[in-house]
Amino acid sequence: MASESIGGTHQAEADRLIAPGHDLGTITDRISEIVLRRKTPKGWWVGFAIAFCVMQLLLIAMGYLLFVGIGVWGPNVPVGWGFDIINFVWWIGIGHAGTLISAILLLLRQEWRTSINRFAEAMTLFAVACAAFYPIFHTGRPWVAIYWLLPYPNTMGLWPNFRSPLIWDVFAVTTYATVSALFWFVGLIPDLATLRDRATSKPWKVIYGIFAMGWRGSAKHWHNYETAYLLLAALATPLVVSVHTVVSFDFATGIVPGWHATIFPPYFVAGAIYAGFAMVLTLAIPLRKFYKLEDFITLKHLENMAKVMLATGLIVAYGYMCEAFFAWYSGVDYETYMIKNRMLGPYWWAYWLLILCNVVAPNLLWAKNLRTSVPFLFGISFVVSTGMWLERYVIIVTSLHRDFLPSSWGMYQGTVFDWAAFIGTLGLFVTLLFLFVRFLPAISIAEMRTLYVKEGEDRA
Amino acid sequence: MKDHGPLHGIMAEFHSPDEVVEAAQRVHAAGYTKVDAYSPYPIEALTEALDLHKSHLPKIVLAGGIFGFLAGWGLEYWAAVIEYPMNIGGRPHFSWPAFIVPAYETTILFAAFGAVFGMLALNGLPQPYHPVFNVPGFALASRDRFFICIESRDPKFDPEGAKQFFASIGARAVSEVEH
Repeated sequence: MASESIGGTHQAEADRLIAPGHDLGTITDRISEIVLRRKTPKGWWVGFAIAFCVMQLLLIAMGYLLFVGIGVWGPNVPVGWGFDIINFVWWIGIGHAGTLISAILLLLRQEWRTSINRFAEAMTLFAVACAAFYPIFHTGRPWVAIYWLLPYPNTMGLWPNFRSPLIWDVFAVTTYATVSALFWFVGLIPDLATLRDRATSKPWKVIYGIFAMGWRGSAKHWHNYETAYLLLAALATPLVVSVHTVVSFDFATGIVPGWHATIFPPYFVAGAIYAGFAMVLTLAIPLRKFYKLEDFITLKHLENMAKVMLATGLIVAYGYMCEAFFAWYSGVDYETYMIKNRMLGPYWWAYWLLILCNVVAPNLLWAKNLRTSVPFLFGISFVVSTGMWLERYVIIVTSLHRDFLPSSWGMYQGTVFDWAAFIGTLGLFVTLLFLFVRFLPAISIAEMRTLYVKEGEDRA
Repeated sequence: MKDHGPLHGIMAEFHSPDEVVEAAQRVHAAGYTKVDAYSPYPIEALTEALDLHKSHLPKIVLAGGIFGFLAGWGLEYWAAVIEYPMNIGGRPHFSWPAFIVPAYETTILFAAFGAVFGMLALNGLPQPYHPVFNVPGFALASRDRFFICIESRDPKFDPEGAKQFFASIGARAVSEVEH
């Protein structure tokens, strides 16, 4: 290892992806025990109960919306898109880190991804589930919206308009949700077999057995399995890039100043990864602490994630710079006005808070001692999540609220039901994560075995 | 189906990846052809030792991708040009640049279906019952043990001979796999 020359054994310790003292058996036992132990820890019940209560807000918000109508939310002319789209883009963006970790880092042979890919993928699925609420419910009456969202032969003889980016979005997001779920499930199959073989109670043996589908770890199985996994990663890579690109098209193809910019696709994709890694950190830090997984999710993992956040944060900052530059260099009155209004208009606080969260804060990660401080990383992950929410708020609200004619200007605030729906999806997200860590292995056992053997070979 | 007698095969247990790979090489060299190995994680050397043919999965994925592209593009063409032509902003009915995005997504979707369902089909999964699970201790194949099974459909198969052969190459335990 190259580290020998710089810091000797101390450096080598810091580079480890699995703490010393483990073997194939202990890795299997340590991770499967979290799921298979009979007694659910008290802390789990407390956390789950809180999340479950918060989730009820979603039920109330959506129930009231369906009962009364879309008017219970804030959006109105000129701001026709509000919290619904802000939250949709925010959640979808968060999902991207999961696919990046599981697919792109796999193709790039970044072995440190192994202990975080499973729950990052779960996070993707749950984030997409949360995101899906908004576009479906912002139609007001989802049961009649289906015919202009999905192409199916209906009695009215209507078909969706495939020239619209909103339809592209439907295709991109549903494909993304499906492929992410498949990728996650394929990764789970060998671990479900491990749980089936190690479960002591009959009902759990049967349940895990059904989902393991008879997996027996045969060389022939692994051979096809590895090919499938690699191909899925290769398919998920262009997919994940396309999803946020298409989401950005929802804006970029419109002629609204502040939306109509060619920088949008790359800047949205980078922002998605940036927000997603922040969420992975938000989840990984308590997970490794409460389940004592520091042996598998080491400081090196956290530092690497911080580095990805720093890099993507800088790309996002470049995006903000480009927006300002385009507005000035184009010389178009509307564009210039838009950026001035964004910085100094009634929503100035949102813009500058966004700059603070997404441009200033990530630069602290240049410092190694901050990058390796767990409490600091936990704190900054919340700052980044807030910043990315504000980014969508700024893009959507400040671009729309000053229409081309001053007579159609307006202001936008989220109503109590906007907030209830948003906080409710946070509850849904956390509830699903609690169920996930209770019933499925949060770290891929089979891949950790491979990593263990590889690390042993590298050391030898 | 041909009756292979009461046995599925003879199974040998090994304790390390190096042991099992070496044993697999010996089994292959001894001329056994219907052999399978079981391990808790994928071992490339084991696949090579058993001389498994190349996976057909990439072809299935390619077929899935091509089907997905044609299906997506065809759906768009049929809906926008034939079944429900609409003048939207004066654009041609066949506005192909706009059709790229949904077709791109369906290509990926069906290729992924090909990868997942193709893998399951090639592996014969789901399979509710398999005789290897009758072997005592086989549950450890998903923890830290390695197994090789010479199956009874092998032309060279002879239960006693296979047992002795496994003993001679250092198996930790040898057992009969009953149907």
